[in-house]
Amino acid sequence: MKILVTTKRVEHYESKIRINAEGTGIVTDGLTYMINPFDEIALEEAVRLKGEHDAEVVAVSIGSDDATQQLRTALAIGADRAILVKVDQPLDSDCAAHVLKAIVEREEPNLVLMGKQAIDDDANQTAQLLAEYLGWPQATFAAKTESLESEAEKQKEPAIEVDDDTATVVREIDGGLETVELDLPAVISVDLRLNVPRYPALPNIIKAKKKPLDEVTLDDLGVSANAKVTVLGYEPLPERKAGVTVESVQELLDKLQNEAKVL
Amino acid sequence: MASILLIAEQYKGSLRKVTFNGLGFAKQAAEQLGLDLHILIAGSDVGGIADELQGYGAKAIHVADDSDLEIYRTEPYTQVVCKLADEIDAQMITAAATVQGKDLLPRIAGRLGAGMASDIVEMLEDGTFKRPVWAGSVIARVRVETDRKVVSTRGTAFEAPKKGDDTADVNEVDVSLDEADKVRVEDMEETKSERPELTEARVVVSGGRSMKDDKGVKMIEELSDLLGAAMGASRAACDAGLVPNELQVGQTGKVVAPELYFAIGISGAIQHLAGMKGSKVIVAINKDPEAPIFQLADYGLVADMFKVVPEMVEEIKKRKGA
Ligand SMILES: Cc1cc2nc3c(=O)[nH]c(=O)nc-3n(C[C@H](O)[C@H](O)[C@H](O)COP(=O)(O)OP(=O)(O)OC[C@H]3O[C@@H](n4cnc5c(N)ncnc54)[C@H](O)[C@@H]3O)c2cc1C
Repeated sequence: MKILVTTKRVEHYESKIRINAEGTGIVTDGLTYMINPFDEIALEEAVRLKGEHDAEVVAVSIGSDDATQQLRTALAIGADRAILVKVDQPLDSDCAAHVLKAIVEREEPNLVLMGKQAIDDDANQTAQLLAEYLGWPQATFAAKTESLESEAEKQKEPAIEVDDDTATVVREIDGGLETVELDLPAVISVDLRLNVPRYPALPNIIKAKKKPLDEVTLDDLGVSANAKVTVLGYEPLPERKAGVTVESVQELLDKLQNEAKVL
Repeated sequence: MASILLIAEQYKGSLRKVTFNGLGFAKQAAEQLGLDLHILIAGSDVGGIADELQGYGAKAIHVADDSDLEIYRTEPYTQVVCKLADEIDAQMITAAATVQGKDLLPRIAGRLGAGMASDIVEMLEDGTFKRPVWAGSVIARVRVETDRKVVSTRGTAFEAPKKGDDTADVNEVDVSLDEADKVRVEDMEETKSERPELTEARVVVSGGRSMKDDKGVKMIEELSDLLGAAMGASRAACDAGLVPNELQVGQTGKVVAPELYFAIGISGAIQHLAGMKGSKVIVAINKDPEAPIFQLADYGLVADMFKVVPEMVEEIKKRKGA
């Protein structure tokens, strides 16, 4: 079995994001970067599945040379190979899906695991678009039934069940948890409650340096970077006016009743 | 005439309230772009719901009634929407950015060759869109370059329109689905709750990791029930299994904008703020005076929740009785 996992390079989730003076982008000075946290969860699941199924895990990132760092991390966490699709400009979700389709056609994985969204553009589209372009079934928002502090999680067993022809996935939906079975090959996007990703261990970081990391361009893949959605600019959020501190429950309720008039 | 198609969402035969927020956007877009408004409702035995969608200026309400559509699944719904979109020459296809909307709309965009703007909060006069990015730290203005556009809307950003007395034609959609579906729903574990739905409530009371165990959860529940509020939570509380996942408020959970929001024992990480900073009045209770949540709160109380939440419950009961 082969599993393809996406590992997008994004600003660290604790970053304070500020817009540049021209409003054309964000100020990148002093920012640190990481694998998109949802992709980390996808990768963790892939590595757990590998433990059970003798699978090969291939990590792919679309980005600049800097994204090599995230791919090395992915290799240290347990991916067997990595592919960097080199681009100068960030792609929109649609282009990213076309790139991934081309990679899937080369690699022929049984399963693609990806984060449900990247925490930079928060678009939540690429997995669904990829599934559509491949004509594959999709299961979005994969989760596990048990909590992340449960015994089941401590066992580090995969939550997604896979056999030769099908995958069984628990999905987080409005109203509860839904279990679906889908035919492979398939695209699965993962949510927060699937697993707790591991950190790479030091010896594995060293070993990862020797694992294969290939670079390809859009030309190699025969994909053109025609965006269907263009970002024209950024603006700050309207500020909220500063609030007050209250000393007691009495005072709080008085204010909510008489000042804010919401109780 | 070209049209805009709103996909209404129902759950177990009831329309979801957020559909009407999406309708608010669709109506505005129809007027601005000079398009006819069409609404699709899909499901099994949903004919009755069509009536509830009357009075909003739609040219037609399309009812796709079929036992195969009873439970939402991506592929059958995609087929129904795309076929209808072609028939009515839909230039824009839109729905609320719910879990269903998020699953379905990109798939439709892909099939129709359309570009998609996710989770928009505004459409500008030139037809471009505003949407929050980086956990709502900033707003991006985006342009969808394709003629046909797919748009998902953030419920809190659009008001439900007033109901009028116009009547739309009701059209029964002929549902004929191609090929056996590759996805089968095996099981559904429902979260049962008597409380109002999180995204629809006037008051939301949210608890964090600080609830610790069932006792803490009960405390927050009691306060919620007393206020007729929906209950929400931080990611950390959901991860710990203290409350169901779908109560998570934030960047990657529910986005809420109630009149009154209580953040109790919640630190105020940006990912949480992303889901509630549109609330009209925010109350924070936290024992740490440095907690970032206080920077956003209208009213902040530095205190131990295990002490003040029961106190609040008693005091509200007293005031209600008076
Ligand atoms: C990709 C990603 C997505 C995320 N999405 C979301 C999201 O959608 N929603 C979300 O909420 N988070 C999200 N998070 C997590 C977020 O970053 C925070 O970790 C989380 O919100 C913290 O939850 P918390 O405030 O309950 O817990 P903690 O950070 O543990 O804070 C607990 C707070 O409770 C206070 N406290 C403790 N005991 C008491 C007491 N007895 N009385 C009063 N106060 C007390 C403490 O002072 C502290 O401020 C996301 C993170 C990532 C990486």
